[in-house]
Amino acid sequence: MPEALPTTPDGILLVLAVMVPFAGLLVAFAFGGRNAQRIALLTIVATAGVAAAITMVALRGDATLVYLLGGWAPPLGIALRADPLALVMIPAIALVIVGIALYACADFGTPAGPRESRASLVFWVLLLAIWGALNLVFLSGDLFTLYVALELLTFGAVPFVALDGRPETLRAALRYALYALLGSVFYLLGTVLLYGAYGTLDIAQLRELVRPQPVVLVAAALMTVGLLAKTALFPLHLWLPPAHAGAPPAASAVLSGLVIKGSWFLVVRLWFDVLPGVVTLPSAQLLAAFGAAAILVGNVVALRQERLKLLVAYSTVAQIGYLFLMFPLAFDATAGALVPGAALAGGMLQAISHAMAKAAMFMAAGLLYKSLGHDRIGEMGGIGRALPLTVLTFALAGLALMGLPPGGAFAAKKLLLDAAGASGQWWWALVLDVGGLLTASYVVLVLGHALTRAPAPIQPRAKVSRLAEFSALALALCSLALGLVALGPAPFDALPNPLVAKEFGSALVTLLGGAVLALLLGLRLPPLPGGGALAEGLRRATVTVGAGFVRADGVLRQWPVATLALILAALAFGVAFAPRG
Amino acid sequence: MIDIATLFGLCASVLVGIGVYAMITSPQPLRKIVAFNVIGNGIFVLFGAIAYRGAGAGWGGDPVPQALLITGLVVSFCATALAVSLLLRQHQVAGTASVASEPATSEATPDA
Repeated sequence: MPEALPTTPDGILLVLAVMVPFAGLLVAFAFGGRNAQRIALLTIVATAGVAAAITMVALRGDATLVYLLGGWAPPLGIALRADPLALVMIPAIALVIVGIALYACADFGTPAGPRESRASLVFWVLLLAIWGALNLVFLSGDLFTLYVALELLTFGAVPFVALDGRPETLRAALRYALYALLGSVFYLLGTVLLYGAYGTLDIAQLRELVRPQPVVLVAAALMTVGLLAKTALFPLHLWLPPAHAGAPPAASAVLSGLVIKGSWFLVVRLWFDVLPGVVTLPSAQLLAAFGAAAILVGNVVALRQERLKLLVAYSTVAQIGYLFLMFPLAFDATAGALVPGAALAGGMLQAISHAMAKAAMFMAAGLLYKSLGHDRIGEMGGIGRALPLTVLTFALAGLALMGLPPGGAFAAKKLLLDAAGASGQWWWALVLDVGGLLTASYVVLVLGHALTRAPAPIQPRAKVSRLAEFSALALALCSLALGLVALGPAPFDALPNPLVAKEFGSALVTLLGGAVLALLLGLRLPPLPGGGALAEGLRRATVTVGAGFVRADGVLRQWPVATLALILAALAFGVAFAPRG
Repeated sequence: MIDIATLFGLCASVLVGIGVYAMITSPQPLRKIVAFNVIGNGIFVLFGAIAYRGAGAGWGGDPVPQALLITGLVVSFCATALAVSLLLRQHQVAGTASVASEPATSEATPDA
């Protein structure tokens, strides 16, 4: 069995990244009341400091930080490792959490007057839990510790769904809990099988040991599918739309921007670090095919929503699909293995920029809801004048999600398109472009409604906090400015330069195409201007198609169908993992 | 003659199979929670069998799975407690409890 790396000098930082949030959680919970928020904010500052320190050490050139817990080397001990993948995620997640925490000070603040509320205590305590669990997911080098981290993440996320305690959110939370638990037992079963075969759960050691034997194929299929259920990759997304749309905005931002990235990150870990030699091209294609279906169905169903928060939730269903497109593009046919390269960099960049943009979008949607007292897209006229900053935030987050320059998603899309071109897999390039168009269409649709003139000026039902508006705007700007790191020093200069005239031309095309799609597929629009019989016929046809997608989504989100889909997906992956020839 | 590790492995498979079946077919959330526990116990039995076999390390009896198993039990106990408390709360608030899909709504009851 290969020797494990020893603890590195700054390895203790990794322990702090996990310990500090959980310690803060316990203290905040013990003191409760108005102290909870203060302790949580202090802990957030401390953890962000640890994340910054880890990033500084990494930028200084130490490739991998390692800490062996208790000095015990794997397979008996457990190692924490900060490899480049973790080093990308930790600062990005820290930034998003800080943004969300500032935003949440308005909704879950604990001012001097009223008594403590259950929702704000739970929010602050669980925000720390989710952060600690995410850091453990990124840093742990042991598959069983990752299982525990994943469960901690779910335990933190489920109550977030039901923070306001309405019956429909409780139902959404229970559905999420049960489906996520089913996913995690699949993952656990796979872990147990791997231990039975090799006697270790350490990622670095397993990587050297695994061979494409039947037991490994079964374990890999079970673990992958279990993680996909927790990530809500289409068609295993039954729990996501009601859960993410029903939660309070700050909680939705955490769920949509961060929590799903935990289980997604584990799929990346599993495929690139544990099973790079076991993964076959058909299995990678299958994973990306689920992603492509997610992009298509998620986007079209998003376009057919009447409520803004549901639209944003379905947009998440679609964006999860993007995160899985990198797998076949990272497959090296000559080596017969997954290799980290431009495609993986693109996928990671996509995840980060989505985390920021989607958090900003949910935060903006929450502010619109608060001000209007509803979130019906068709009745948003005039809000652009009442809340210009928030509508701008929504627009900027939308531009970032579409993959327009200079956003992080733009650079990600470029990297993936290049990888698709280099490996001759043009169909994934097509999916990326169509996905961008569809994303543009619902952003244009919402902005079109928000910017129309209202018959009478809007009377805001509640004042929104400036701090909340600015923190949402800051996250949207971060996502949109992420592509500019390409102008920085090496290694960032390998990223595509977003400030090229040609890119702005294609951005314009995306926006115009999106506007046309919005006119064709959107709900409750006036008849097409100057539309002849042909245009009307076209619109009727596309509306029928859109309604078909909505109905299909409804069928797939029924419990028996979704659980059967889980089993079938596991079987399909088992077959796809089988070596050829 | 079938050896004891294989026998326990088969029992584990049966438990997992029963649990997955109930998870898919039974509409009541409480039964789904029980089904989750049946699957979990199946996995723990399998882990016990692997420990008895000595795992890949080739020892005669492996203590590591027992440590992991106890952690797994704690985690699954917490998961069950969380799910049951959500179920109870839902029953308290709505009078019924289910996880059936309904047209998802994002609109709060108007607060005015």
